[in-house]
Amino acid sequence: MHTAILFLELGAVLLGLGVLGALALRVGISPIPLYLIAGLAFGTGGILPLATSEEFISVGAELGVILLLLTLGLEYNADELVTSLKGNAVAGVVDLVLNAAPGAIAALLLGWGPVAAIAMAGVTYATSSGITAKVLSDLGWIGNRETPVVLSLLVFEDLTMAIYLPILTAVLAGVSFAGGAVTVAIALATVSVVLLVALRYGRFIEAFVSSPNSEVLLLKVVGLALLVAGVAQQLQVSAAVGAFLVGIALSGELAEDAQALLAPIRDLFAAVFFVFFGLQTDPAKIGPVAGLAALLALVSMVTKLLTGAYAARRAGIARAGQARAGIALIPRGEFNIVIAGLAVAAGAHPDLGPLAAAYVLILAAFGPLAARLVQPFITAIAKRA
Amino acid sequence: MRTWRIGTVEVEQTALPGIGLRHEFTTRSGRRLGIVSHRTGRRDLVIYDPDDPDRACETVKLNDEEADALAELLGAPRIVQRLNALHREVEGLVSLQLPITPGTPYAGRPMSEARVRTRTGASIVAVVREGQVFASPAPDFVFAAGDVVVVVGSPESTSAVADILAHG
Repeated sequence: MHTAILFLELGAVLLGLGVLGALALRVGISPIPLYLIAGLAFGTGGILPLATSEEFISVGAELGVILLLLTLGLEYNADELVTSLKGNAVAGVVDLVLNAAPGAIAALLLGWGPVAAIAMAGVTYATSSGITAKVLSDLGWIGNRETPVVLSLLVFEDLTMAIYLPILTAVLAGVSFAGGAVTVAIALATVSVVLLVALRYGRFIEAFVSSPNSEVLLLKVVGLALLVAGVAQQLQVSAAVGAFLVGIALSGELAEDAQALLAPIRDLFAAVFFVFFGLQTDPAKIGPVAGLAALLALVSMVTKLLTGAYAARRAGIARAGQARAGIALIPRGEFNIVIAGLAVAAGAHPDLGPLAAAYVLILAAFGPLAARLVQPFITAIAKRA
Repeated sequence: MRTWRIGTVEVEQTALPGIGLRHEFTTRSGRRLGIVSHRTGRRDLVIYDPDDPDRACETVKLNDEEADALAELLGAPRIVQRLNALHREVEGLVSLQLPITPGTPYAGRPMSEARVRTRTGASIVAVVREGQVFASPAPDFVFAAGDVVVVVGSPESTSAVADILAHG
């Protein structure tokens, strides 16, 4: 009886997500905001709260985060990360300062305290590499000359996340300053060791994982990612970062094959993850923070535009390209929700979850739309100049 | 970013993290062209907007076979040109383009059966079929009516090849 209801609920949720995804595809926006809304509808205080499947969805959501970050890591190889870091560190730091500030300042002004401020800094900082990459390819911007600037900022952000997430986990766990420092040191050491291993001995890991059989390859890659994620979690480094590092260690043809194999599973569990975050958020609490979320979104849009313009100008890109670089950086999505999710689970301020949900809803939906709408204007400006 | 020269053309190479590589150059008439090489094998031919030189105003997606076909089409006339240049540079060396007409004995038969090199000393360096160049064809390459065979050798040996291909 229990499983029957579980299947009924899961089936209804997934089918609903499928329909929403089709809708998003037709309108040409990211499905992420719709998944969040679906989660709001099914969760506490929603229209149709789920009875039994929440526990399953919660584990599924964690798998979703691990798979999201594993595939993100697979997109990069260690050489690219190092080269990107060398060439774009200044722009990366500008990105970090300009975009972490709005969230941190907002949390401090609201009197949520320093811990929530660190979490909110992450919520406003990270651009969604997933949505941005999709915008770039959908709008035919991949060939554009400002695109490498945007991509290397994304790489920089992802690496920053690998260091930030363990710090956040430590801070949220309320460990003492000394304990926090140890955790951060462990995190930094782990990240450096994995990068070093990936650079020097990546081929050994690849030789171990590699298999001409897709079933074996899939099992080895997912198994290794989960294993490392578990170890990372034990070390308080966050499971997601562990998976990300496994992705980075694998490169070349193997990474491409793994990516192709993982894509459908990742899509399934990533959708579950967004729903889960929505489930945990009480829709009634969103109303009161909606205005604040909109204001924060507006400020973040301006700071990302400035970041993009600055980074592109440094690379010798003209005005129109500078504007495009800024717009491409606007979307927020998976990371911001991951961060908010960690904070909510650790019992941060009760308004943090709803604020982050509304904020990501706005920017995940509006970012790609802005890029689409603004493109003709930018072209017109470029023609006149 | 790295730059180097192919002939007189200055090509810029830029890494696209997570995607692949981009090569671009400006033509003498001032248009900017680029090729985005995706790791998956996909190639994008990119033409930049003259009014907004950072923007790709046209992107043509090519799979690996289409990219090969485009390269062959762009390269084909160049190979013949280069052979002619070689011919001018090296005295006593001739390159001839010999058609395989439907009446010849070798249409539909592998190249090795003509035993061109053994009998004449000249070399078949390429076969042009429907605008596509098959450079250095292997002995089992099967001639088809309408092929153009490019032969390099001395004036005597190349004309002997013409005779073989026409009459067997």
